[in-house]
Amino acid sequence: MDWGYIFSVTLQSAFGIEAIVFGLMAIGLNLQFGYTGLLNFGQSAFLAVAAYSLAVLVTDMGFTFWVGIGVGLLAAVVLALLLGIPTLRLRADYLAIVTIAAAEIVRLLVRSVALKDIFGGSDGLRDFSAGFYALNPVTVGQYSLGPVSLNQDKVFVLIVGWVLVVLSLLMVWMLVRSPWGRILKGIREDEDAVRSLGKNVYFVKMQSLIIGGVLGCLGGFIYALGYQNVGPDFFGTDTTFFAYAILILGGAARVLGPLLGTIVFWALIQGTDVLLRSGIDAGFPLVAWMSGSQAAVVRYIIVGAGLMLLMIFRPQGILGDRKELALDAR
Amino acid sequence: MPDSAPELGPRAIASRQILADVPRLAGVRKPDPIVVADGIIRRFGGLTAVDVERVEIQRGAITALIGPNGAGKTTFFNLLTGFDQPDEGHWSFNGTSLSGMPSYKVARSGMVRTFQLTKALSKMKVIENMRLGAAHQQGEHLAKAIFPFTWRPQERAITAQADQLLARFNLDAKRNDFAGSLSGGQRKLLEMARALMCDPSMLMLDEPMAGVNPALTQSLLGHITDLREEGMSILFVEHDMDTVRHIADWVIVMAQGRIIAEGPPDTVMHNEAVIDAYLGGHYDQALTTSGVSFTEEATS
Amino acid sequence: MRRFASIAGALLVGFLAVVLLAPPSAAADSAFSIGGRLNNQVGAQKVPVANVLVTVTGSGFTGTATSGPDGVWVVSVPGEGAYDVTLETASLPQGIALTDPSRGTVHTTVQTPTVNRIVIFPLGESTQKTTNPWTQVAQLTVEGVRYGLLIALGAVGLSLIYGTTGLTNFAHGELLTFGALMTWIANVPLHMPFVLAAIVGLGLSAAFGWVQNTGLWRPLRKRGTGLLAMMIVSIGLALLLRNVFLFFFGGDKRAYGEYAGMAGLSLGPVSLTPTDLVAMVISVIALALVVLAVQKTRMGKATRAVADNPALASSAGIKVEGVIQSVWVVGALMAGLSGILLGFTQQVSYLMGFQVLLLIFAAVTLGGLGTIWGAIVGSLVVGLFLQLTTLIIPPELKNVGALLVLIVILLVRPYGLLGRRERVG
Repeated sequence: MDWGYIFSVTLQSAFGIEAIVFGLMAIGLNLQFGYTGLLNFGQSAFLAVAAYSLAVLVTDMGFTFWVGIGVGLLAAVVLALLLGIPTLRLRADYLAIVTIAAAEIVRLLVRSVALKDIFGGSDGLRDFSAGFYALNPVTVGQYSLGPVSLNQDKVFVLIVGWVLVVLSLLMVWMLVRSPWGRILKGIREDEDAVRSLGKNVYFVKMQSLIIGGVLGCLGGFIYALGYQNVGPDFFGTDTTFFAYAILILGGAARVLGPLLGTIVFWALIQGTDVLLRSGIDAGFPLVAWMSGSQAAVVRYIIVGAGLMLLMIFRPQGILGDRKELALDAR
Repeated sequence: MPDSAPELGPRAIASRQILADVPRLAGVRKPDPIVVADGIIRRFGGLTAVDVERVEIQRGAITALIGPNGAGKTTFFNLLTGFDQPDEGHWSFNGTSLSGMPSYKVARSGMVRTFQLTKALSKMKVIENMRLGAAHQQGEHLAKAIFPFTWRPQERAITAQADQLLARFNLDAKRNDFAGSLSGGQRKLLEMARALMCDPSMLMLDEPMAGVNPALTQSLLGHITDLREEGMSILFVEHDMDTVRHIADWVIVMAQGRIIAEGPPDTVMHNEAVIDAYLGGHYDQALTTSGVSFTEEATS
Repeated sequence: MRRFASIAGALLVGFLAVVLLAPPSAAADSAFSIGGRLNNQVGAQKVPVANVLVTVTGSGFTGTATSGPDGVWVVSVPGEGAYDVTLETASLPQGIALTDPSRGTVHTTVQTPTVNRIVIFPLGESTQKTTNPWTQVAQLTVEGVRYGLLIALGAVGLSLIYGTTGLTNFAHGELLTFGALMTWIANVPLHMPFVLAAIVGLGLSAAFGWVQNTGLWRPLRKRGTGLLAMMIVSIGLALLLRNVFLFFFGGDKRAYGEYAGMAGLSLGPVSLTPTDLVAMVISVIALALVVLAVQKTRMGKATRAVADNPALASSAGIKVEGVIQSVWVVGALMAGLSGILLGFTQQVSYLMGFQVLLLIFAAVTLGGLGTIWGAIVGSLVVGLFLQLTTLIIPPELKNVGALLVLIVILLVRPYGLLGRRERVG
């Protein structure tokens, strides 16, 4: 059992690309669900739309990196409008179903053989990151951060990613402390009460949906640039559900909840996975009977069980306050 | 039940003098109406819940809307405040048409309502509840929200106003507590105080005395009559006739979706049609054992 | 009730024990093979295609076979493992081609001996002309009704559970998968005849529903857990179950031992396999029984009362928890049946329930949340839409059509086609 290796993998996961991507997703969800009570189950669609906009515009159409980013942001806003306009006047369940349906539609479209020329089908697209990495000010070389070793491109994308996370957290913090944020919290509890005080509830919900979606789309950009590849398989409903798990773990309606949640989540998931594999390799009788493919599944079982236990026993997560809980659980 | 009616202030006396000359007829015009409603019809499936030909509500007075269960009072109340849309008809508030206006715009135009099942936002602090009520807040615009310097001064002013109102309603000690920790009666007071943060010209109270203990009732009545003295127009839906008798300047009676009587409390309570509506016809006939059952009688 | 519980629980545990502890197939020298039947879809008919070459490669082995006059080809392989099966398109006769040219090679795993590992290569006319568009429409309509009926079995359960408890159950798809998987286990590794296996599968599904309600949902309801929290718990449960299935059964699609890959019978302009027909009949009977039960029996009336107003029903003397218990058992049973029947169309895999879950949600929402007729009508609409839209859009995108219809209908009639108009918003 190589503890150094286990530790290094866990650390990489806790602060790596996926932690950033899911962190941004969860920050967006926090605004929509944690603070406003909107059940957006299609957050992965915002990532897909952003990532594919970037990839398509650069790879297929030859535009520059910045144009790709701009179109991606615009596409996220448009998606939020498309989702919000019909559903925000209806009950919360309807938003959930419509957002899941929309995310599935997006995933099926980018995965399709029919649109393979544009979206690359199940293989996806690559070769769109050159413009981004050309901006890399970090000098060429390997950098070690404790037990982890990264090249200059990796360092760059991680820095950009974490800067985006910090900026997003800052923005969310400022928004929820403001009178606008106060309306969100009122809406979360009772829309009619807020309407009776003269606030345009529909409009504010739409704003929350859009901002949360844009934050999610930032995650899409980092995903695309970090792996230098976009494919449809990442953008399914499981991704959105993981983001919810992260949000709830850290503490919904707490500004730092998503940050803590994503770091702890990925440390746990990757940590148990590498621990398990090491145990199998080392021949521990408790786990040695598992095959490699089975071992890979264990962490998802843990996520599922963990989410259930969290909701049943500690729905406020790590940082949350039971009194302020929007989740309606006891 | 309150033993003694609150004393009548000068505005109350003036209102009643004006209303003394108004004929006691359903749908009668008022000398200075703040709300005028015309031909309001609301149907649910095959049932006509509300069918009001005309109603006018006098400015500066306390008007009570009463009627037996199922009369359509709550539906009519929701229609007037924009929480429901009628199938036909229009109405105006302070001269402006409210037809088709969503509930938040109605509130912004100066007509603020409370709810029968109090909607104090229990997961927010009392002072936050109050701040939420204030109108025209700069910080509620998304673009300005990120820049605290644009809304901090106004926030201070709002907080000062909130503290004043909380003191008036005796809730200042609870300022920093979560609204969920307040008693039912305190939440009612909070809802009323919060509604006043919007600076309304008319207050619509949905069964303000529902579920309130007698001691608090007196306090609430006092607040309502104080508001009348400040020039506020008030409409309230109520079941408790003592309350109505003590503070209402004018009473509108609904039954089966229609307005069947209007007038000062005493007149209305002796009105045949009103008594029939509440008790059912034949209430004064002797009960017989010859073929007609008691329940048939009472509900005919 | 308690005795049923302990028996059901014991059955479930015993069955799982057999499955998990049973040694891998002992007879190592039995024949392993991969095969299939090549049919050319001409309008409504399936015509066998002969003399087509199929190559199988894997772990150093290569084998070939040529399809016979009945379209059947079989390649013996040395043992368990992963193989790549390629249809040599050059050997296809004139005018016939793969319907999805990118799927000329299929990657598959062989695990069980004595059962042919079936690989299907759909073939069609290489020019997109169809002989008669109306036969296609007829065929697709019947397919749509068939699929809709299967979805309806799942939708009815979901709708009943939502109606009586308010729970939006994201783990409902896993009830379908469970039924199919249990049936497959009974049928293939345990060699039970299919009908018996199906009955075992149904029994275990009902038991699973009972266990879920007693072990998880009722305690949560007693605690006063909110509906939103319970929904998220169901999301976690779905993730958990799906991956447990994956853990024990692997990622492959498997077919039942019998009745798989049959030729279609011609019924007028429409072609249906005997299994399709039987599945439709069973679905109709099952749905009719449920509808009758809900409308005519006392339990059914009690269910409707609870769905309408649990507090009132309780004060009228109805045992609300008992009603909910039955709803869970019946709902799970129906879902299991749906999964078992679906296993013929799309083969059994750990994802099969999850894949139709969204369609079930669409059906229930479309028809009106909480109503039985709504679930059935909604399912038929979804099924028809799925199949008929393939006339205009590629089959891989047919779910998109159904989901778009859902969104559009929600815009116009948010309470669904048959739902009651509540004060929305």
